[in-house]
Amino acid sequence: MTPVVTITDLAKTFHLHQQGSIRIPVLAGFSAEIGAGEAVAVTGPSGRGKSSLLKLIYGSYRATGGAIRVWHDEDWVDVATAAPREVLAVRRRTIGYVTQFLRVIPRVPAEAVVAEPLLDRGIPQDTALERARHLLARLGIPQRLWHLSPMTFSGGEQQRVNIARGFAAAFPVLLLDEPTASLDSANRSRVLDLIEEARAAGSAIIAVFHDDTERRRACSREIALG
Amino acid sequence: MTPLLAAEGVTKSYGGRIGCSDVSMSLHAGEVLAIVGESGSGKTTLLRCLSGHLPVTAGKVRYTLRDGRHVSLDDLSEAERRLLMRTDWGFVHQDARDGLRMGVSAGANVGERMMAVGDRHYGRIRASAVDWLTRVEIPEDRIDDSPWSYSGGMRQRLQIARNLVTSPRLVFMDEPTGGLDVSVQARLLDLIRGLVRKLDLAAIVVTHDLAVARLLSTRMMVMQQGRVIETGLTDQVLEDPQAPYTQLLVSSVLQV
Repeated sequence: MTPVVTITDLAKTFHLHQQGSIRIPVLAGFSAEIGAGEAVAVTGPSGRGKSSLLKLIYGSYRATGGAIRVWHDEDWVDVATAAPREVLAVRRRTIGYVTQFLRVIPRVPAEAVVAEPLLDRGIPQDTALERARHLLARLGIPQRLWHLSPMTFSGGEQQRVNIARGFAAAFPVLLLDEPTASLDSANRSRVLDLIEEARAAGSAIIAVFHDDTERRRACSREIALG
Repeated sequence: MTPLLAAEGVTKSYGGRIGCSDVSMSLHAGEVLAIVGESGSGKTTLLRCLSGHLPVTAGKVRYTLRDGRHVSLDDLSEAERRLLMRTDWGFVHQDARDGLRMGVSAGANVGERMMAVGDRHYGRIRASAVDWLTRVEIPEDRIDDSPWSYSGGMRQRLQIARNLVTSPRLVFMDEPTGGLDVSVQARLLDLIRGLVRKLDLAAIVVTHDLAVARLLSTRMMVMQQGRVIETGLTDQVLEDPQAPYTQLLVSSVLQV
């Protein structure tokens, strides 16, 4: 196994100035290594920092201490200390992130939302849209919805658009935060297939799952928090 | 890699009053930087200093010209600076009336920028004007109308067309969606984002609206009382704000 994410002694404490200056420790002394082609589940009771860990790896949260090294463009980048434009480059080409909720500009069609990560990499519009439509179709989003803004979609449909967006660009590292949470069993199964394909193609998957059965089906190893 | 625009210790004081104080930053092609803060925090003053509209009291602003020279704005002659503003840079004002010539037609507003860089061919100017009006979703049959007859959203899109027709590399925007209906705002945000990606523009956007900053920018600077108190990736600043004032700002946003 070739490691692609190496986390060393990671710490995260929130300091809430507006709320009596309280300090909330979330992670301390956390270390882990995730390899290419490996699917790892982050487990632990609610509030122990599972989502926070994903946000730290993506650079949305700033680490209080430690290192998060990601294999990017034939070199290691420490997301915890890298300059903003390095983190942006890592996000463009190396790390994909499927959040729990879709966040989009109103009025932008679903197919354009899904194609965006490909366009950001400089892939031509036609190719990007073709890939986007293929994924939307696979995830059971009816064709008549593709040119509509996902803001009007149901929760489950929005989540599938979000997943299509995350899988569009075949990222070497993929962070998934409860990717199947609001889906029915047919769609859960489609998402698990996508995860399995990405893993088989060599992506490293780091995922939070609510459901034990899905977690066991998707992931080969667990990292327990708390 | 040399940044497109870099500021070191930029300070502007009006008599004894501080406009902005000791601001350093850098910006590369393709980056959109949002400057956020409450009114009076110095964000517009900073934007005007960075864009050469206001002389700085102290500090330096450097820019990388198309020929690769990284020059201080102070070292440019007035003529060079004006040329830069007409060619390489765009400036989108909050009030479109400040950025447009209201006395001439929409087409002339776009054509004028081209003539300012030396284009004299009427047919080519007209064709470019039509092309740009279409790109900002203004119907071709409105090209000869005065901007007075345009709605607020159309004026703002016309202003963007006027700024982008000369293929600038850097666009400064002061509250570009302020004062517009939310439905028009969304359309404009989508348009700006698409243009930034297609043209590999760099942009600096001043806004007090964190939602606009979130959708438009990749990086963010938070200002309070003339100083930059926090910088980072946009999602980082909004999801994990560090400074007490940023935490207050982010937690005060109304949810819809």
